[in-house]
Amino acid sequence: MKTVTLTLTNPSELFLEGQNITPDNFAGKKAAEIAALDVWEGKQKSPLGKYFSVEGDGGATAAETKIVLRGDCTRTKRIGQQMTAGEIVIEGSADMYIGGWMKGGKIHVKGNVDSFCGIGMEGGELLVDGNAGSHLGSSPRGEWRGMQGGMIRVAGSVGNDTATFINGGTIVIGGDADIHVSTHGEGGTVVVKGNAKGRVGGQMVKGDIYVYGTIENPLPGFQMVGEVEQEVDGEKARFVHHIGDLGERHPVSRGKTVYANLYTRI
Amino acid sequence: MSELLIKNGFVFDPLQGIKGDRMDIGVKDGRIVEAGALANPKTIDAAGMTVMAGGVDIHSHVVGPKVNVGRLFRPEDKLFKSPLKRCNRMEMGFSVPSTFKTGYDYARMGYVFVNEAAMPPLHSPHVHEEIRDTPIIDNAAMPVFGNNWFTLEYLKNNEIENNAAYTAWLLRATRGFGIKVVNPGGSEAWGWGLNCEHIHDPVPYFDIAPAEIVKGLIETNEYLGLPHSVHLHCNNLGNPGNYTDTLDSLRLAEGYAPKNEFGREQVMHVTHLQFHAYGGDSWKNVESRTKEIMDYVNAHDNITVDMGQVTLDETTTMTADGPFEHHLRAGNNLKWANVDVELETAAGVVPYVYSPKIKASTVQWAVGLEIALMSKDLMRTFLTTDHPNAGPFTRYPRVITWLMSRAARDATMKTFKWLDRTIESTSIDGIDRELGLYEIAQMTRAGPAKALGVSNIYGGLAPGMDADVAVYALDPESMPSDPAEIEKVFGRCAWLVKDGVVTVRDGEVVAEPAKRTVWVDVKVPENAQVQRDIYEHFLRHYSVKLDNYSLFEEHLHNPRVIEVDTTQ
Amino acid sequence: MPKKVENVGCPYCGVCCDDLVVTVSDDGKKILEVENACAIGNQIFHHATGGERIRLPRLRQPDGSYKEISYDEAVDYAAKVLHNAKKPLIYGFGSTNCEGMAAAAKVAEKAGAVLDNCASICHGSSFLAIFDNGYPSCTLGETKNRADVIVYWGANPAHAHPRHMSRYSIFPRGFFTGKGHKSRKIIVIDPRHTDTAQVADIYLQVKQGHDYELFDAFRAVVRGHEIPDVVAGIKREQILEVANILKKARFGTIFYGMGLCHSDGRNHNVDIAISLTRDLNDFTKWTIMAMRGHYNITGPGAVWSWQYGYPYCLDLTKRDIAHMNPGETSSVDLAMRDEVDAFFNVGTDAGAHFPIDAVKHLKKHPWITVDPNICMASEISDLHIPVGIVGVEVPGIVYRMDNVPIQYRKVIDPPEGVISDEELFERIHKRLCELEAEEAAKGQVKAAPEGVRAESEP
Ligand code: SF4
Ligand SMILES: [Zn+2]
Repeated sequence: MKTVTLTLTNPSELFLEGQNITPDNFAGKKAAEIAALDVWEGKQKSPLGKYFSVEGDGGATAAETKIVLRGDCTRTKRIGQQMTAGEIVIEGSADMYIGGWMKGGKIHVKGNVDSFCGIGMEGGELLVDGNAGSHLGSSPRGEWRGMQGGMIRVAGSVGNDTATFINGGTIVIGGDADIHVSTHGEGGTVVVKGNAKGRVGGQMVKGDIYVYGTIENPLPGFQMVGEVEQEVDGEKARFVHHIGDLGERHPVSRGKTVYANLYTRI
Repeated sequence: MSELLIKNGFVFDPLQGIKGDRMDIGVKDGRIVEAGALANPKTIDAAGMTVMAGGVDIHSHVVGPKVNVGRLFRPEDKLFKSPLKRCNRMEMGFSVPSTFKTGYDYARMGYVFVNEAAMPPLHSPHVHEEIRDTPIIDNAAMPVFGNNWFTLEYLKNNEIENNAAYTAWLLRATRGFGIKVVNPGGSEAWGWGLNCEHIHDPVPYFDIAPAEIVKGLIETNEYLGLPHSVHLHCNNLGNPGNYTDTLDSLRLAEGYAPKNEFGREQVMHVTHLQFHAYGGDSWKNVESRTKEIMDYVNAHDNITVDMGQVTLDETTTMTADGPFEHHLRAGNNLKWANVDVELETAAGVVPYVYSPKIKASTVQWAVGLEIALMSKDLMRTFLTTDHPNAGPFTRYPRVITWLMSRAARDATMKTFKWLDRTIESTSIDGIDRELGLYEIAQMTRAGPAKALGVSNIYGGLAPGMDADVAVYALDPESMPSDPAEIEKVFGRCAWLVKDGVVTVRDGEVVAEPAKRTVWVDVKVPENAQVQRDIYEHFLRHYSVKLDNYSLFEEHLHNPRVIEVDTTQ
Repeated sequence: MPKKVENVGCPYCGVCCDDLVVTVSDDGKKILEVENACAIGNQIFHHATGGERIRLPRLRQPDGSYKEISYDEAVDYAAKVLHNAKKPLIYGFGSTNCEGMAAAAKVAEKAGAVLDNCASICHGSSFLAIFDNGYPSCTLGETKNRADVIVYWGANPAHAHPRHMSRYSIFPRGFFTGKGHKSRKIIVIDPRHTDTAQVADIYLQVKQGHDYELFDAFRAVVRGHEIPDVVAGIKREQILEVANILKKARFGTIFYGMGLCHSDGRNHNVDIAISLTRDLNDFTKWTIMAMRGHYNITGPGAVWSWQYGYPYCLDLTKRDIAHMNPGETSSVDLAMRDEVDAFFNVGTDAGAHFPIDAVKHLKKHPWITVDPNICMASEISDLHIPVGIVGVEVPGIVYRMDNVPIQYRKVIDPPEGVISDEELFERIHKRLCELEAEEAAKGQVKAAPEGVRAESEP
């Protein structure tokens, strides 16, 4: 694996759009070629090297390319967008769409990220040590095929609209979640280890949600059906099992109606 | 004084019976002229290429409220699916393209005239605003009549003359082109959440059935002598077993003969026939009944049809058949938009994914192609995808390829998950027929132009007609062995001359000549009864004022009016 | 002789009354009388010829005062601001005709700007819900002719849309509703007991911010499931009673307002309302409609959808492809995050409606206001360009809250020399083209950017 280190030396005036910062785009390129890749500051298109110093060459393939971002990237969007393989480490915080439409590989953000991270995700791994904004692992506007696969892990708390239209994959949140978790979900798993504010599983068809803390405003469309023991994120625990959203349509599989499951920890 | 000489191409012009002769086409001041009449023309070298008139689309949903709902509510139809800008304006969207992309893409395919298939009269100012923003191609739009309260009331009492006067009034009020009928009676029933599936189902409260609506509108149409015939979307669209309803609808035209001065020979155009030719009683046992339907069509030359070919794409369905869209959503559970329009019509919009992995889709694909391949008269069988219902119009080149090449059909069928069952339920595998360029020209320009009653202007290359000429880099004497090549050629014409202006070159738009709005102005005798009825309905039942309903002249853009005078 | 202009559309609220009769003075300059309009509608017309109108663009001077300049100078200034900014934002269009919106889009595309309308701070959440869940709706005449049950949810038409109830919903006698009010049941759901609630047969005082839960309960009940004793402050019995009325209606319409799209969860409240409407269509006929505020705020959503496929929050800065994602490309978010470097305020008052921090960020950069009148935005602008008042001085198409296009008339001439939005934007566009040509001549040709955003055409 070869490492390319980008250091933000000349911050932009406005926000930067860095959708070219992916192992896929860096692979097979020398440092100078990487520095010539496009980034956008509003309508102005410039070479990456205008803002970042670039050290190291890309690997032969995306899978053999690791990108390390240094400096304050809180105003850089779209890092790792649509990446299929390889690795990105963001030493600090970053802005929106980190790991958006990601298909494979791994992104590790040591600080916080803003909204729309991991949206439309199909595979790979997105780790955030700090907090994430809203629409984490959500589907893009209007798209009913939301998160398909992969893993998102946020150590801190997240904003609203997590995992809208989730279809597959797993999201684990170490802290609290604001309103709307897995709205319109049709699969996948979301684990909230802190508290959830409300509207958990609204309009949900299928899929699983675990909440370890409290749900401030539970939905009337979820009904308790019993207690279960389950292994979640490597540990066993007991949960109250609810099914819902009873207001929503539900498929029938082998003669049985399939509901979404909401497990609250005892 | 612009002159052009399109030299040495293989010309296919079914309107003149020209079958690939090597000829020169002259263009002067926007019209076709004898090649010898040119003084000092610029030359387009079309040697080794195919030359046809500009394409004419008889049925496509390109402008208006439901098309726009389709655009608005599907941002995902744009994301990562839109090409980069290369003309004057951005081109957004795949299945429901922006107005700009619509105009540019039709032009790139060599089309010059597109008939919007359904205009809700109340929304006509919207339709005309979108027409203004659709570059290059000439547009007409057909107001819908089949569920209109005026129409239902007049036809219930068999008042053809009154209905004709109202029709003439509405065509003028909306600057419309002809009589569109969508799920007659069914969309009115949808006002109560109901439907009329069969042609003798009564329309709630109106004491009339679809059969009478259709017959009454045929009589109205021929009474007025409009350029186009009644344009019918039959009842019970899209349901297994519906072919009997379709046959019932087709039979409604029996005994009627065309009466017009526009060279039109049919009294009924039945649209997107593919959606109406199913046997069986569920999607599990659905089968093709194209043969029964096409046997009937082949034997009755007062009927024309278009395909509504499924292209196996993710697309957006939209129709004034409100109950159908509701029914469709119940099947695929995707987002559903609905707009019921007071006194006039309804509309629904639902995204839909046709896939080679789904048997229903592959059977539909086969049925569509069978319609063309079983047709004995391609001057009466037209190429459409009911854009965007069965697929976007940008797939016409692919449809042409399937029609021209058994190998192309086989290659597509290889991708089917339920190939055996598709073959079992349809006749497609037993058909070896491959259409030629002359037949493609019939299906895509000459035939539709004739059926629309505009074949004196569009669809042919006779002197005096509009100088709309498409040149495709296709040598009929050595057709490419790879069918994909045919698709490429028809997607990006080598040249399009529109109104005498070189508009497309090597598949790229190079000019945007002024586009037109084509409409039909019918003069009828004064009719006090109808005037009173209009006044009353606007006073009591419409939510807009009569004087604000008719399109203001300033909102009609570059009109081309076709006049019909019934008072003579 | 004063002259009467009939069938005039009202350029105020989304009801778009088109039955006004306006009496104009002999010289065609003054409006004497307005018939049929409600009080606010009336005022809009009188306002046009009442006070002092601005007749020339005004440019901010170093001493802070405004100096009148010519339209040519204003157009040049505006074009240069747009041309030089990296990410200009053009926002507003609450009171512009569609022709003006189309022209503004041409400018935005040429300039590589973000283009947004007031829905962004208003019914934008409705768009988000429509993207996700559709919109089973109808025209207002359908409601008038057929509806026997009307629901106002989080909407107070008695205040915001004064003639809505009399023209379309509660009171009118339609084709199948000859008995008018008597043939209809009115349900009002709102945390506040509004004036609209006064005319309701049933009023549900939903707990502020808990509409979503109440919708969820309705949906569960409609499907025959149990619900808790109390949801969102409403007793189960009452929920059951109302659910039963909804299911038994012949034709119903849910009109919802800012109460839904401005409380917690915004778009999701609308989204689940759409789900409920859809569910009810399995039993009978139900429709839903947003109570759009301004008379033509539905317009930009229509125009920009046919031009780009997106109704609002259009990021055209990439110049080759449009991008939309409210939450990122929405005006207030852009301003709050300090993402833009020039601001065009068109026919609205961002100065009054945006959060203070957003205004502060925007104020760091050039700010241009296009508006017939003086407003808060015009007073903090660097340039104020006056235009004619649509529906009074400028005709054009507007879209009513139910997406029905209404052709508006001109009643009087604009003040001498004052141009329309459309003309202004056409002129700015022309100037932008010239600036681009000048730059290209200098050799800085902008190539189409390459990248991963766009695939080749499918
Ligand atoms: S209700 Fe609205 S549109 Fe009608 S007159 Fe009053 S302000 Fe104008
Ligand atoms: Zn159609």
